[in-house]
Amino acid sequence: MADSSFPILTVTAALPAAGAIVTAAVPAARKAAARYTALAFSLGTLVLSLITLFRFDPQGARYQFTETHTWVKSFGLHYDLGVDGIGAVMVALTALLIPFVMLAGWHDADPLEDVTGPNRRWRPTQGFFALILAVEAMVVLSFEATDVFLFYIFFEAMLIPMYFLIGGFGDRAHAGGEEEASRQRSYAAVKFLLYNLAGGLIMLAAVIGLYAATAKQLGTGTFALQDILNARASGKLDLATSTERWLFLGFFFAFAVKAPLWPLHTWLPNAMGESTAPVAVLITAVVDKVGTFAMLRFCLQLFPEASKWATPVIMVLAVISVLYGALLAVGQRDIKRLIAYASVSHFGFIILGIFAMTSQGQSGATLYMVNHGISTAALMLVAGFLISRRGSRLIADFGGVQKVAPVLAGTFLIGGLATLSLPGLAPFVSEFLVLVGAFSRYPALGIIATLGIVLAALYVLVLYQRTMTGPVKAGVAGMSDLKARELVVVTPLIALLLFLGVYPKPVADIVNPSVQHTLSDVHKTDPKPALEAKK
Amino acid sequence: MSASAIAPSVHSLWTTAAPATEKFPTPHIEYAQLSPTLIVFGVAALGVLVEAFLPRKSRYTAQVGLAVVGLAAAFAAIVALAEKGYGTTKAHIAAMGAVAVDGPALFLQGTILLVALVAVFTFAERRLDPKAHGRHVDSFAAQGSAVPGGDQERAAVRAGFTTTEVFPLLMFAVGGMLIFPAANDLLTLFVALEVFSLPLYILCALARRNRLMSQESAVKYFLLGAFSSAFLLFGIALLYGYAGTVSYSGIASVIDGTAKTTPALASSTQNDALLLIGLAMVTVGLLFKVGAVPFHMWTPDVYQGAPTPVTGFMAAATKVAAFGALLRLLYVVLPGMRWDWRPVMWGVAIVTMVIGAVIAVTQTDVKRLLAYSSIAHAGFILAGVIAIDKSGVSSVLFYLAAYSFVTLGAFAVVTLVRDAGGEATHLSRWAGLGRRSPLVAAVFAVFLLAFAGIPLTSGFAGKFAVFKAAAQGGAMPLVIVGVISSAIAAFFYIRVIVLMFFSEPKADGPSVAVPSPLTSTAIAVGVAVTVVLGLAPQYFLDLADKAGVFVR
Repeated sequence: MADSSFPILTVTAALPAAGAIVTAAVPAARKAAARYTALAFSLGTLVLSLITLFRFDPQGARYQFTETHTWVKSFGLHYDLGVDGIGAVMVALTALLIPFVMLAGWHDADPLEDVTGPNRRWRPTQGFFALILAVEAMVVLSFEATDVFLFYIFFEAMLIPMYFLIGGFGDRAHAGGEEEASRQRSYAAVKFLLYNLAGGLIMLAAVIGLYAATAKQLGTGTFALQDILNARASGKLDLATSTERWLFLGFFFAFAVKAPLWPLHTWLPNAMGESTAPVAVLITAVVDKVGTFAMLRFCLQLFPEASKWATPVIMVLAVISVLYGALLAVGQRDIKRLIAYASVSHFGFIILGIFAMTSQGQSGATLYMVNHGISTAALMLVAGFLISRRGSRLIADFGGVQKVAPVLAGTFLIGGLATLSLPGLAPFVSEFLVLVGAFSRYPALGIIATLGIVLAALYVLVLYQRTMTGPVKAGVAGMSDLKARELVVVTPLIALLLFLGVYPKPVADIVNPSVQHTLSDVHKTDPKPALEAKK
Repeated sequence: MSASAIAPSVHSLWTTAAPATEKFPTPHIEYAQLSPTLIVFGVAALGVLVEAFLPRKSRYTAQVGLAVVGLAAAFAAIVALAEKGYGTTKAHIAAMGAVAVDGPALFLQGTILLVALVAVFTFAERRLDPKAHGRHVDSFAAQGSAVPGGDQERAAVRAGFTTTEVFPLLMFAVGGMLIFPAANDLLTLFVALEVFSLPLYILCALARRNRLMSQESAVKYFLLGAFSSAFLLFGIALLYGYAGTVSYSGIASVIDGTAKTTPALASSTQNDALLLIGLAMVTVGLLFKVGAVPFHMWTPDVYQGAPTPVTGFMAAATKVAAFGALLRLLYVVLPGMRWDWRPVMWGVAIVTMVIGAVIAVTQTDVKRLLAYSSIAHAGFILAGVIAIDKSGVSSVLFYLAAYSFVTLGAFAVVTLVRDAGGEATHLSRWAGLGRRSPLVAAVFAVFLLAFAGIPLTSGFAGKFAVFKAAAQGGAMPLVIVGVISSAIAAFFYIRVIVLMFFSEPKADGPSVAVPSPLTSTAIAVGVAVTVVLGLAPQYFLDLADKAGVFVR
């Protein structure tokens, strides 16, 4: 168990935050130094997050490594940190992906360096890596926060660096030329920000409502998750049914925008399409996970009754997400937008698992978050390497790549197969669990959702076929294969996909007790034919 | 509470004559407790003398020094008073019932003084424009008819006419603003209003560049301001007719029915029409000053035309003073009437938030954009005002302090972005500023994010405080309208950021002037307050909380 003396969670978040400042301060001419500084900080964060993960005791207290300080008393805001199994795994996933994101985006800021004249103050490379570290710090804090308001602050604040990453360092490969690319980029960045900000502000209203409710019934308003749960358990805090439902909707709306759930997903294809591949990975594999994670931690725990009330509607929306995302992915002509719609489909599965309210479903959903993070990162980053070689993201511009660049094509295939949940690769385990969980409570929805797998096979294999097989197209002919730096990015991700596909037990063991806690919060037990519910 | 608060009224005709000493008491002035205001007015008067008697060459230094020292001394006096407990335990009504010395008054006066201190720095800036006629020039016209670079200006500069009269004008305005939120009877309120408005009308007309727009803004401000003063005065007359007194506590006790009525008053105190119309008119006068819809029409024109340092000062300090006065009126005089005014104020707050945010979306000029944003912010503050409890007062106090420094800083940044015609305020000219001068653009982005209420900035802490107070006061719908207008408002703040950072710089784009330490200090203070109030607001929240009780 945790020795409470060393605030490891704070340090895990403070390290990338400090790294952002240090990286930003590196002089303009020392671009390489900036890159290595940022990478070093992200690796340090990874080490800390792994230490947390390995020292986490699944059978111990629900929240471990806890830290409690009052931040702003008048607002009931506490600096409360703590991780359950789910949180620890998500922090580790974030810390794991960031170094790969950085390595893959090693030269992403370079085009910006040249367009301006000599300017001591204009340092895009430093800015790019500092922003990534800033996002990492805020994401880590939102996974660790056990105070609703603290969570909200970082949930909102992370939009700003993310916004600059999308709008400032977006993809320059565009059919309409530089001018059009610039316009699309700002459009995508603004759309991303407005959707998420609107969601966040609705949540703010709910957060204030929660404060007003606790202040009225407990005397002093509080946002500390544990205080609120204790007060509910002891009956001191008793939210009226309608209040609870409104508050739930306020929270859920924000998370559903972030996750994203159909019909609030439309910002994602723009944002992922217009940003560079590493930033797209940051969006879908890291930042968006905060949305689904928060559903588990905050929606279900704070508003169990309302969650049960809303479950049928949310399940239907999730199934629509699964199918709609997959169908639109089939129809895409742009590689990155295709992956974005595939992600919409996958987030549908995650939400399906969460609200199935079974232990398989929720364990599956948590594993899904991890596996989706890794598999999408692999697929998207390889796609990014592919796109940067050709200077186009249109599927039609590719063909026969596997003859010219076999390693690239091979890794792309593995990433794709992971995305379609091929057995033996990690996502299969989680998708299977989610579907089992959903089926045991909502058989009809479970069956419909399986269609998503069929469609996934379609969009992935057609993508592979059109880009990699067939005759070598003109622009593809001189394409180089993966370089050493790119192999360093791809190989570990693929290794992890294989490992977790064959042996998911380590992650599952950490996650399962936390899932049980969450389920008992909503007073749900698994339906009769329980597979692994040992209590 | 002072017994002399009830002013002589009609009923004295019927009663037996009281001893002369009581009827005409010797004015008793608590000089120490009024020292902040007295210092400021004293310095203002000294400034006039400096203009009259000091040689032209040394006036600038003398005026700036005098203003800075005066404001700092007045602020020190405020701190001393607060230390002695005049904000809390020893709060009382000074100067024969005319001026309150209590928590809200001291807090707001302190804020106004600090704002004014920073504003003096921006007023005194003389490095932004290139030298004209061999001299450094500031943002103000040397003479009413002088065109920048023209013959008249040359003649004026040759003759040594400088623009140092802005400092005494500023000090008089500050003096009026100090009394405004502390005024404890309606006549003092009116006099304070005029004392701070008249210098502002003149200051608005003094822009060195864009003379016509500047004069137009002054005329508009003056005319509409005169109307609003008339409303206020008419309202005061009606309230006096209703209650037989202009003192706040006197009117409040008549409304509550606790006042001793005399036969002469009996008929008028029954007359709710007098009360309601009077109340409405006084409120209109105050809502005009805070720039709430539908009394906001002057804001964009005046903000755009006035010299930018004046706009910054006005936007920040006037709002603080006027909201202070509004709070005192609603919380001290009219709590008994809250069932009458609350629904109206609900409507005003909602319309102000929504219209301010929606119209701002279509603006193409930075100063007009900030003007509409200030309207939207007035709406957010009104949401806190309506809460009608202690947390409402303290949240509004905190919001005002947070908001005023962001505003000052933002307008100070606007003065830096210039082209050949002076400040380049059209938004299209700001394209690509982030490439040209990342630091200035980043600072402005910080201010915009604070306006938008992004967490970890002072704007968020303020917004959360007022919305929290509103929610606890049962005004949840107001909070929801508030967050929706915040989302709309975020759109146009973000648009400016997009423009600055994501657009390619134009070849003939504006340059960013390198300011003297004066403006740099003003901007740095703005950033520092924004960040500190965003990250560690507890101390200031406590301060506002302690200061949140009115004396009656």
